[in-house]
Amino acid sequence: MTQPMTKPLLQAKALTCIREERILFDELSFDVHPGDILQIEGPNGAGKTSLLRILAGLSRPYSGSVFYQNQLIEEARDEYHQALLYLGHLPGVKSELSAEENLNFNLKLAGYHDAPQREILAKVNLTGFEEHPAGHLSAGQHRRIALARLWHSEAKIWIVDEPLTAIDKRGVAELEQLFLDHADRGGCVILTTHQDLQLVGNRLKKLTLSYQFHPEA
Amino acid sequence: MRQVSYFHAFSIVLKRDLQIAFRHRGDIFNPLMFFVMVVTLFPLGIGPEPNTLTRIAPGIIWVAALLSAMLSLERLFKSDFADGSLEQMMLSPQPLALLALAKVLAHWLVTGLPLILIAPLLAVMLHLDSGAYGALMATLLVGTPTLSLIGAIGVALTVGLPKGGVLLSLLILPLYIPVLIFATGAIDAASMNLNFGGHLAILAAILIGALVVAPVAISASLRVSTN
Repeated sequence: MTQPMTKPLLQAKALTCIREERILFDELSFDVHPGDILQIEGPNGAGKTSLLRILAGLSRPYSGSVFYQNQLIEEARDEYHQALLYLGHLPGVKSELSAEENLNFNLKLAGYHDAPQREILAKVNLTGFEEHPAGHLSAGQHRRIALARLWHSEAKIWIVDEPLTAIDKRGVAELEQLFLDHADRGGCVILTTHQDLQLVGNRLKKLTLSYQFHPEA
Repeated sequence: MRQVSYFHAFSIVLKRDLQIAFRHRGDIFNPLMFFVMVVTLFPLGIGPEPNTLTRIAPGIIWVAALLSAMLSLERLFKSDFADGSLEQMMLSPQPLALLALAKVLAHWLVTGLPLILIAPLLAVMLHLDSGAYGALMATLLVGTPTLSLIGAIGVALTVGLPKGGVLLSLLILPLYIPVLIFATGAIDAASMNLNFGGHLAILAAILIGALVVAPVAISASLRVSTN
């Protein structure tokens, strides 16, 4: 057996996912190593979000398992959640709370107690909006509140679902740079997006999901 | 620096939920108004004879408290589920049971506590026996947290369903029966100048049991229903 250069951070083994009696993916296996940026591709409904939710441990696959450093994620839940930053389709931002309160809660929940919140918000271009209720901000700003956590994270594994939705061009470039820096520090990024990533094009690994079965409409 | 502390995790969730509740005053006042309304309907429907009302006052107040607790609980996890905060809590390094317990406590503080404070006023309206006020307050104080804890399990199970309201009541109202029986039993005993310590002790035992078991059940239910 050939040893890879680094031990994989995350391994998917023979994952099968069935939704609404349709097989989304069957016996899917792959490894994610430190330094990887993995883009999950596929048309709408191909199972990208389902795959990310399974990788994060939010959903159970029909069969197969996910391993974090050779441990089943269900068995090493605490360690895995310390090493994981998942930003789902839903941003997890309360519209009643201000941008700063939201970030404060999200960071403290993850265990960061003295984060420089104003500076982090400045990095996502929310200076001047810190005290506005998130519900009054635009869709892009709303998402930026959620993304702000990426700028202050010690988690090794980032799983981000459509992070670039509603984000402007400059924001996209900054995020790509952030992903690249994270990968260079030995982390890994697993993301889905329908946009073409510019900066990380040469670093990017791609995993393409396609329909296994077309149901009759 | 990154550190995971149970106390901090508990207090930030509690603080956040209270903050949100105070920005949504309706969440506090609506269940309270509902409670007052339901209790008020009985003298209107049955007639104002003091003897009848005295007899049924404990039951009316407690049934109204059950219904109000159940209706207000329905939204306990709904908004967190809808905006993705629940996912983040499930993936945080802190135990989900602890975060769920903080949410239940916050909910009880904003809906259960006001109900306890207004209950004596309604008891006056229902001509509750003057010796039974202490028992009424004590049973509400010990009983309503149990309602929140047990109800939260049902809410966690139905959080993924688009219309879980009726199912929720079918799931949790039967579980409220022991609390109802011992609470009204205690108030009846007090109005006959009997010792109600036994009833209260059983209510307290149920509360402690719920306090131990419910958070674990809530977190397991949340993981199942958001799968």
